[in-house]
Amino acid sequence: MTVRVQTEDFDVGVQIAAMRRGNPAIGAIASFIGLVRDVNDGDSVGGMTLEHYPGMTEKALERIVAEAHSRWDVIDVLVIHRVGTLRPTDQIVLVAVASAHRGEAFAACEFVMDYLKTQAPFWKKEQTAQGERWVEAKASDDAAADRWS
Amino acid sequence: MNDAQVLQGRAGETTAAGSVTVLYFARLKEAFGSGQEQIALTPSIRTVQALLDHLQSRGGAWQRELGGSRPVRVAVNQEMARGNTPLSASDEVAFFPPVTGG
Repeated sequence: MTVRVQTEDFDVGVQIAAMRRGNPAIGAIASFIGLVRDVNDGDSVGGMTLEHYPGMTEKALERIVAEAHSRWDVIDVLVIHRVGTLRPTDQIVLVAVASAHRGEAFAACEFVMDYLKTQAPFWKKEQTAQGERWVEAKASDDAAADRWS
Repeated sequence: MNDAQVLQGRAGETTAAGSVTVLYFARLKEAFGSGQEQIALTPSIRTVQALLDHLQSRGGAWQRELGGSRPVRVAVNQEMARGNTPLSASDEVAFFPPVTGG
C-alpha cells in the first residue's frame, strides 16, 4: 500500500512499472487519473490551487485503501494526490489497483476514487475570469460514495 | 513581577484549565483570516457543539460561516467528528467545508 501527497507531477508509466515489478501474482492493474479541466459550472478555469489537511489527509487515504483491501482480493493499491497550484491538463490524482483478475481491480479502483472524493480532506480553489472561488462539494459525489455502503 | 512572569503565569493557568488547538481550512481560514488558534476549555466548552456555539458568538464572519446556513465539517484529532463529540485538553479540532479533492 502506498499513499502520497505531493506538489510534484507523477509519471503513470513509472508508477505502474514499479507496481508490477517482481510480483508475478498480479494479472491486472486498473488505474484512474484525474485531470484539471479548463471549464467548470459553465465558466472557463485558468487554474486551481489544492489545499489539504496534512496528517489527516494521509490517515484518511490509508483508511480508504485499507477498506479496499478488506472488501476485495487486491494485491496492491497506490494513491498519489497532488496539492498546490495546477493548470488545465495537469494531473491531479492517480489511483492504481493491482489484483489477480480485472474484476477486483476495476471495482476497488472506482471505490477508492468515490471515497477519496467525499472523505479525504482536500479543497480546490479555482481561478476564473470572475476571480477566485472555492469549489462546492457535489451531491452526486456523496451519492457515488453511498453506492458502496 | 515583570511582564515575562505575568505572561508565563497566564500561559500556565491556560494549560492547567486545558485548551484545544483549533484549525480552520479552505473557505473558513480565509473568512476568519487565521488558520489556527488555542481555545481554553471551560466548564461550558466540553463538546464540539459547545465550541461551535462559542465561536459563532463572536459574530460577523464567525456567525456567517458557523451559524448553520453553510455546510461545515469537523474533525477531532484528525478523525471526523460530530456535535456531541467530547473535547479533552490538547485535542486538535479542525473545522472545514465539505471536501472537494480528486
